[in-house]
Amino acid sequence: MGRKILLVTTDQQRYDTLGCNGGELARTPVVDGLAERGVRYERAHSQSVVCMPSRSTILTGQHPSTHGVWMNGVALPEDAPSVASVLREAGYRTALVGKAHFQPFLDPFLRFTENALAGPPGGPPRGATGGPGWTAHRGFEHLESAAHGAAGPLHYARWLASEHPEAVGMYYPVLDGALQVNSAGDGDTGAPQVHVNPIPRDWYHTDWVADRTIAWLDSLPVEADWFCWMSFPDPHHPWDPPQSEVGRIDWRDVPLPAGYPETAADRERIIDGKPRHWRLWYDGSLVSNYEAPAEWVPATLTPDQLREVTARNAVECELIDEALGRVLRRVEERGWGEDTDVLFTTDHGELGGDFGLMFKGPYHVDGLMRLPLVWRPAASAGAAPAVVHAPVGLVDLAPTLCAVAGVQAPDWMQGQALPLGDADAAERGFERVLTEWDSELFGVDVHLRTITRGGYVCTVYLPGSVHDGTEGELYDLAEDPLQQVNRFEDPALRPLRDDLVDDLLAHSPPVRRPRLELEAPV
Amino acid sequence: MTARRGSVRREVRIEAAADDVWAVVGAAGRLAEWFPGIVACSVEGDLRTVTTASGLTLPERILTCDRLQRRFQYRITAPFFVEHTSTIDVLDLGDGSCLAAYSVDAEPSVMALVIGGAGGNALANLKRLVEGAP
Repeated sequence: MGRKILLVTTDQQRYDTLGCNGGELARTPVVDGLAERGVRYERAHSQSVVCMPSRSTILTGQHPSTHGVWMNGVALPEDAPSVASVLREAGYRTALVGKAHFQPFLDPFLRFTENALAGPPGGPPRGATGGPGWTAHRGFEHLESAAHGAAGPLHYARWLASEHPEAVGMYYPVLDGALQVNSAGDGDTGAPQVHVNPIPRDWYHTDWVADRTIAWLDSLPVEADWFCWMSFPDPHHPWDPPQSEVGRIDWRDVPLPAGYPETAADRERIIDGKPRHWRLWYDGSLVSNYEAPAEWVPATLTPDQLREVTARNAVECELIDEALGRVLRRVEERGWGEDTDVLFTTDHGELGGDFGLMFKGPYHVDGLMRLPLVWRPAASAGAAPAVVHAPVGLVDLAPTLCAVAGVQAPDWMQGQALPLGDADAAERGFERVLTEWDSELFGVDVHLRTITRGGYVCTVYLPGSVHDGTEGELYDLAEDPLQQVNRFEDPALRPLRDDLVDDLLAHSPPVRRPRLELEAPV
Repeated sequence: MTARRGSVRREVRIEAAADDVWAVVGAAGRLAEWFPGIVACSVEGDLRTVTTASGLTLPERILTCDRLQRRFQYRITAPFFVEHTSTIDVLDLGDGSCLAAYSVDAEPSVMALVIGGAGGNALANLKRLVEGAP
């Protein structure tokens, strides 16, 4: 028998929402415990700050330029390489439970496989194996999908409609009447995407994902080697956790985040030091992407709204931690505790009030790029607890899974197995991590390329409808951890900037040709 | 603020005579043969009704079916749309091949991308169908 693998991802979770990363709001004892016994990564970055490209990176082990999912709404081809296929070929039983999002959600034609897996609309969800003739999808022999609520054709929504139809209307409508990301909110402060959700906790998608993961694990023979990607849709907005849990944290007691400048003058001064699309979005005069509410103007965000969002986000993080604890207990009960590797991370971060902004977009700063990442190797592997400060990325996850399984990482993977300590990282050349952004939406295109290396983050802008290609950002993470002072034009840092840009260009990943088409907004 | 109205175009070059491609595109009732995700299609006069794989029924009005220009235009008349026009053009490239273009203008803008994205997928399928590729 080999090592079992539980890959746990959340959606849009900030680095600083975990206790082990210094977070003081959400109680996350389960993940903190994994970090204490395993390896915690201080500088893990996503290769994209939105879902579909980032999740495609986790699955393929490739940068977005190479796998080709260059923005949300671009579908990952079904024959794209997949680490799940590699593990399955090596004899692993494989499952993905929760949010997949390798193909667009907004699909009235139901032409994407992942939206059709739960079977024809109108009835209860079909078995998670996809029906007659099914073998696997992207290497997953078992796939049960969920998203952020009760809408759509995925397994969770279909289960809820079938088993608890009275709960379908309890969730927040993620999209508004024009199919834009909804700007409304009905919490105490009117914050966007905040909603009072009376759904019983047992029916909420976080617990459903854990329940279905446990059900799949229970279906396996004890001698099986398995890889399960348990993918929670939270704490991505909407912030509508079960109302029964909201009282855990009174938003009135929540301190404002360190990255939130409290006066409008400070916010505007900081943002004005960055490329112009920052201010244009802040003022509500430009929406360059689909990932934030189109009608919401960031400049209108109030401190109390931010407190309420932060509190609800923390509650969602706590529910995930507790759900993970349930799954880990079941793993122990099955006798797999000593032989199971657990990796916990997310697909990208959340601005969370930094600079007076929320949600996400073409903004390569820690709020969005820096991820929680914890790897608790199986006890049988004998790895020592460690904290890694070297830069690593989600692109390194797939080769890590291969290493755990004792399988050679295929050549198409572009990262390498995560280091087990800083000495290991130095020896194997973990010096830099790259992040990229491309978006084109109704005549507005934005393109960023970022390198994080040696304590600096440097972003260059390619020409687009808002930028002429000369803009950039450069931050000293030690002196300016909140990235409030853009030093891209600082003459004193020009040699460093040139070196970082040269390094970025030298390590840019191959670009998939022909380019994949944008097929839907998300 | 984001644009309320959206405009999207997709195109594909097809190694077949324009008239052969038009024979498919211009036959309004044959839509389900080449548009993935449309499972049923009926035509009565200038009214077409399509049913998608998700169970959605969309009423449409055919605006243009011009054999000489090889242009087909239709409007989805479901109340959700403030405005919608889709145009499919088949352009003879003069070398035995043609260019098929699917253009969508819609409000709300998101629907231009939803319909246009699916239209692009349909063009790729049309190319396979007409060229006889697997």
